[in-house]
Amino acid sequence: MHPAKSVIFFTTTTGAGYGLLFWLAVLAHRGLVGPDFGFGLLAFGIAFTLVVGGLLSSTLHLGRPERAWRALSQWRSSWLSREGIAALLTFIPTVLFACFWLFWHNNSGYVAWLGLFGGVMSLLTVYTTSMIYASLKAIPAWSVGWTVPGFLVLSLMSGAVLASALAAVGGYGAAALWLVLPTLFFLAFGLVVKLSYWSKIDRSVSSSAETATGLGEFGKVRLIESPHDQPNYLIKEMGFVIARKHRTKLRRMVVIFAFGLPFLGISIGWFAPDIVVFLTLAALGFCAVGVAMERWLFFAEAKHVVTLYYDT
Amino acid sequence: MTCLPKNPSGKKLGLVIDLDICVGCHACAVSCKEWNASGQMAPLTDLQPYGAKPDGVWFNRIHTFEVVEPQTGASRTVHFPKSCLHCDDAPCVTVCPTGASYKREEDGIVLVNTDICIGCKLCSWACPYGAREYDEDEGVMKKCTMCVDKIYNENLPEESRVPACVSTCPTGARSFGDLGDPNSEVSKLVAARNGYGLMPEQGTKPVNRYLPPRPKKLGNELAPRLLEHVDDSANGAGVLARWVDKILSA
Repeated sequence: MHPAKSVIFFTTTTGAGYGLLFWLAVLAHRGLVGPDFGFGLLAFGIAFTLVVGGLLSSTLHLGRPERAWRALSQWRSSWLSREGIAALLTFIPTVLFACFWLFWHNNSGYVAWLGLFGGVMSLLTVYTTSMIYASLKAIPAWSVGWTVPGFLVLSLMSGAVLASALAAVGGYGAAALWLVLPTLFFLAFGLVVKLSYWSKIDRSVSSSAETATGLGEFGKVRLIESPHDQPNYLIKEMGFVIARKHRTKLRRMVVIFAFGLPFLGISIGWFAPDIVVFLTLAALGFCAVGVAMERWLFFAEAKHVVTLYYDT
Repeated sequence: MTCLPKNPSGKKLGLVIDLDICVGCHACAVSCKEWNASGQMAPLTDLQPYGAKPDGVWFNRIHTFEVVEPQTGASRTVHFPKSCLHCDDAPCVTVCPTGASYKREEDGIVLVNTDICIGCKLCSWACPYGAREYDEDEGVMKKCTMCVDKIYNENLPEESRVPACVSTCPTGARSFGDLGDPNSEVSKLVAARNGYGLMPEQGTKPVNRYLPPRPKKLGNELAPRLLEHVDDSANGAGVLARWVDKILSA
């Protein structure tokens, strides 16, 4: 599949933003971060910039962005529609939580529970995003069981790395320390999920040129003449081959950047509080690059079955 | 509404394509383009039609495959026209977030309302057959309409009320009719020739059917010789020719 930049940006930034909203609520609930205006402004500012920026960028790849509101109407059948509605509903608890924290200096008790509810809604929104892809049978590499966990775990993972960096920068030593274990857990879990995903899509057998044409009973099918001598819409949108050519190298880079280096940074920071700010920021930088590469690869290496008619 | 029809009428208008007859002339694709460029889905935008990289919207495409039998190495060429299959369980319809994509209750034709389509392209991702086209110029999705503006047009003579690809096919490789009715001509044709749907494993339940190439005659028997053997000796020639032949052969 052609990896559209707007969709890669959208899924990674909203994933990290929603993950951060979840972890902020957890930190408030556990009383590890008080209703500090400066820290709240920075944290919610980053979280909402990521979420709103991502959602806006997702409208950029539309042919008619001015009609985007119509996408909210078909929640009965369409995961894209459900995602739009979930994203809008999630703003209610999360924005209320941010307002209580910033303007009424309260982030504990029932406000923390409101925040946790917003965190769950955030994850639900990430789930609807992942289902858009997981429900497409025509793209066998997406309609596997590991797609949904991949989106959810990477959202919690990137949100945790981001929250760790913010806690370190904001001087919340206790919060940063508490976050170490969940962050390391989700970095490891993310790696397991991605490795399982890759091994699954490499092993799965799906349609072939023989079933696509129905000519399998006569022998081996090979395209000898394409419908056009120039690439058409289908080839340009679905026939992306660069990632499939370099998949092994690219996957290795994802493992190093998204999971390996952040894991190293966060674990060393555990023992070296003097340089924890530098280490968590470095972990965040590597993780951002790694997750963007992971998402690019998720789109780019997925092969649409229509390519079977085109020998690509 | 992008849910599939709850009470389908049972009528399933569709095409039956005979792969044994098709010669791959692309007339159906050209005729489709001609009709639909001014029909319900108009325009079918072309970008750089006379430039270095021509590109445009097509609802019908003809692929040519070579099928090689592994044991004998015998190969056959199969021309393979492909357009929307108007699936019973059309995934392009249910993924649509706006309601622009819909399947008609009365005859099963899958259409796009380009007035509310947002051009998210998700339907083209959901379709396994590549039936969905993006019009870059208009920013909306387009697709085969089964010539809905032709097949019901009472201003046309009755025999013309079939999709453009069917009326134009010079070899009669394309048939049109109600595949939901087991007694229709097309259903009988499908039954007689073991017609099949494409990629059944995708679960889309396509309506259009393909008729497989007929078995190839294998073996060493040659076609009977119908022409008289040409006598290349000079005996049967005229006087002058025999005389020239005699002198030159000396």
